[in-house]
Amino acid sequence: MPEIEIPVGPQHPALKEPESFRFEVDGEIVKSVDIRLGYVHRGIEKACQDRTWVQAVYLIERICGICSHSHTTCFCQAVEEIAGIEVPRRARFIRSLFGEMERIHSHLLWLGLAGHEVGFDSLFMYAWHDREIILDALESISGNRVNYGMNTIGGVRRDVTEKDVDELGRALDLLEERVKYYTDVALNEATFRSRLEGVGKITREQAIDLGTVGPTARSAGVDVDLRRDDPYAAYDEIPFRVITADGGDLLAAAVVRLGEIEESLKIIRYIIENLPDGPIAVKAPRRIPAGEACSRYEAPRGEDIHYVRSGGGDKPLRVKVRAPTLANINAVAQSMRGARVADIPIIIAGIDPCFSCTDRMVRLDDVSSGRTEVLTWAQLSARCRASR
Amino acid sequence: MGLAKMLPELIQSLFHKPATIRFPAERVPAPEGLRGKPVCDFSLCIGCRACARDCPAMAIEMADVGEKLPKPVFHYDRCAFCGQCADSCPKKAITMTREYDLASFSRAGLTSRAREGSQRQEVADS
Amino acid sequence: MDFLADLFKLLVFPGFLFVVNFGLFLEWVDRKIYARMQHRVGPPWYQPWLDTIKLFTKEDVIPEKANPFMFTFLPVLDLAAAVTAFLYLPFGGFSSVNPFPGDLVVVVFFLTLSTLLLFLIGWYSGSPFGRVGSLRAVTQFLAYEVPLVLSLLTPALLAGSWSISTIKIVMAQNLSRFLPVTLLALAVSLLSLQGKLLRVPFDAPEAETEIVAGPLTEYTGRRLAFIRLAERAELVVGAGLISNLFLPFDKVLGMLGFFVSCVVVVFGLSVLRASFARLRIEDTTLISWKYLIPFSALGMALAIMVRG
Repeated sequence: MPEIEIPVGPQHPALKEPESFRFEVDGEIVKSVDIRLGYVHRGIEKACQDRTWVQAVYLIERICGICSHSHTTCFCQAVEEIAGIEVPRRARFIRSLFGEMERIHSHLLWLGLAGHEVGFDSLFMYAWHDREIILDALESISGNRVNYGMNTIGGVRRDVTEKDVDELGRALDLLEERVKYYTDVALNEATFRSRLEGVGKITREQAIDLGTVGPTARSAGVDVDLRRDDPYAAYDEIPFRVITADGGDLLAAAVVRLGEIEESLKIIRYIIENLPDGPIAVKAPRRIPAGEACSRYEAPRGEDIHYVRSGGGDKPLRVKVRAPTLANINAVAQSMRGARVADIPIIIAGIDPCFSCTDRMVRLDDVSSGRTEVLTWAQLSARCRASR
Repeated sequence: MGLAKMLPELIQSLFHKPATIRFPAERVPAPEGLRGKPVCDFSLCIGCRACARDCPAMAIEMADVGEKLPKPVFHYDRCAFCGQCADSCPKKAITMTREYDLASFSRAGLTSRAREGSQRQEVADS
Repeated sequence: MDFLADLFKLLVFPGFLFVVNFGLFLEWVDRKIYARMQHRVGPPWYQPWLDTIKLFTKEDVIPEKANPFMFTFLPVLDLAAAVTAFLYLPFGGFSSVNPFPGDLVVVVFFLTLSTLLLFLIGWYSGSPFGRVGSLRAVTQFLAYEVPLVLSLLTPALLAGSWSISTIKIVMAQNLSRFLPVTLLALAVSLLSLQGKLLRVPFDAPEAETEIVAGPLTEYTGRRLAFIRLAERAELVVGAGLISNLFLPFDKVLGMLGFFVSCVVVVFGLSVLRASFARLRIEDTTLISWKYLIPFSALGMALAIMVRG
């Protein structure tokens, strides 16, 4: 059979966001893959420069619908470092609390999607059904299901009340039982397991060389976790375990993510039992003194990096975001080689990709002339106006 | 290892009520702290523009209502429901209500402003 | 008048209209059970009909790379093959349109034909997804066909006949004695039917997240409606065949018995669909040759031993 090209994306049922993968396949075996990023670039970094520090937090929150708390915490930490703001202890605990709740819902979302990609829709429906438990808890504490709006520069915006703690405790009991069940199903259901075992495999060396982060790196045996290695928020005071596995395949990724949910449940219990008293925020100045800072955060998908520079005004001079998917996408390209066509969707889903977080630039490839063009913001908006 | 590990739960759920909430017929109680539609008590407003300045969605404009100071106009079609206006207001005139079903076929009814010449009335032009 | 009566048989009952509508009803049963097993509400009973009407009214597109004649002709032929297969099935007290000794083979032949048509549908649609899907469909055909036929032959062996109506009479008379013997064959035939109908866990040829819709990727509108109706008709034929050979309730309950046994078969298929993840095509082949075929052979051996 001749080699044929299979286009996966920009629109394809396996992808929840537009992104383009072009596979050269020989029968059922993938020969090569060409990944083209940039279909959902939204210009958020540039737009931040037109907004005040306070407004920018809400825009940063909308980089990702799933790890909204990760991005805002990362951004706020950078700004707080520039301005020399000491965040109150209670606020740091609440930031960690939300970070872990977010991790739980993100990993349950991944489990459901992994089930969907391999045609196990029952697991998909069940996992997302029980994900509602944690989303309801998030909503009742913060006032919203996904864009919690908890962070502000200098602390958090809402306090966690006694009543919230009680409700959260009940939700945790329920979740703990359900997560045990899903761990059992995901790791022991033969048909599901056979779709994960040995698929999308990367070695420990490859994981390090390709610069993978988060669960993708940890599933290949690389023991990295910023919560322990470079503690932020309240993680220096919270005891927890970093989950790693050695397989490097998707089964190991499932083991790591499910293990992390259980660990997050323990962290949340510790936080609500040891929540310190005190203020939840300090007042931040409207003008942040000149300076620059780089902030790192262990998002559910891996290390998130924000670089922020201030010129002393009420708006940032530059914001740069490196979302975890960008670091992990090379692992996808690596493990695709020699994979089966049937495994394409689950390998892509294996790193829990978030493409709209990753796309950060506009580059035009003119096919006819072979010219490559990078547009400035002004040129891009001029083009948009012209085509309107 | 096993086969059809989910089967017992699948069969059980045949006999349980579905998880789906049939929304318009069946209402979902909004949680207490839900950030819904922001509402302003215009009698408390001092026209300081803090809300309009901090709104990340530029959903608040300050309009002249024939008084000494301008009053905010809320454009709910632009609102991101972050609640920053309520946080920024020095007089706590703005509150986030629990009203969430704001979907509408036209943008016309989606503003709220103070009535001309009156400090006390809050009007939603719908 | 004979001509008119034949036309009625072909087009209305038990022909085209009945098969298609019963197929859409069974689709609803399947979707509803599947949804309820997943905490969902599921579609209302008329949803399959609405879907079909919608497809018939949609824009008609023939892709540039497709062969226009084949692209139109094959879906029609597919539906014709599936509906014709049903004409050879007796059900609910009615005998088949043309009963003759050996009609079991004809029904199986028509079912096979529609799989081969699916292969051609994908091959001529000019899409890489269609080609991959077609190749998988043929590979899968080699996997499920043998156990399906072997397990369907088990009741035939018990009855000592290849005529569906004779098998049915013998099975109904000795149901309490023969049903336990054929249980193994029934299980294998349900699993193979699941493969025949391209449903999870054997839906690799149509795997949505991998190859969009496999052979059907390029299809839309009326032509897709024809293929979908053909798939529903295949579901009716498959369920009807198993109901005739293994669960002949209609010998006692009449038409209701036929419905009940078809719904029982569809329930089994839905449970299978909900409980598993999709298998890779090579795993499907492997499972078929490692487990399904030996078990269907064992089922046959049991039947031979019982019959003596």
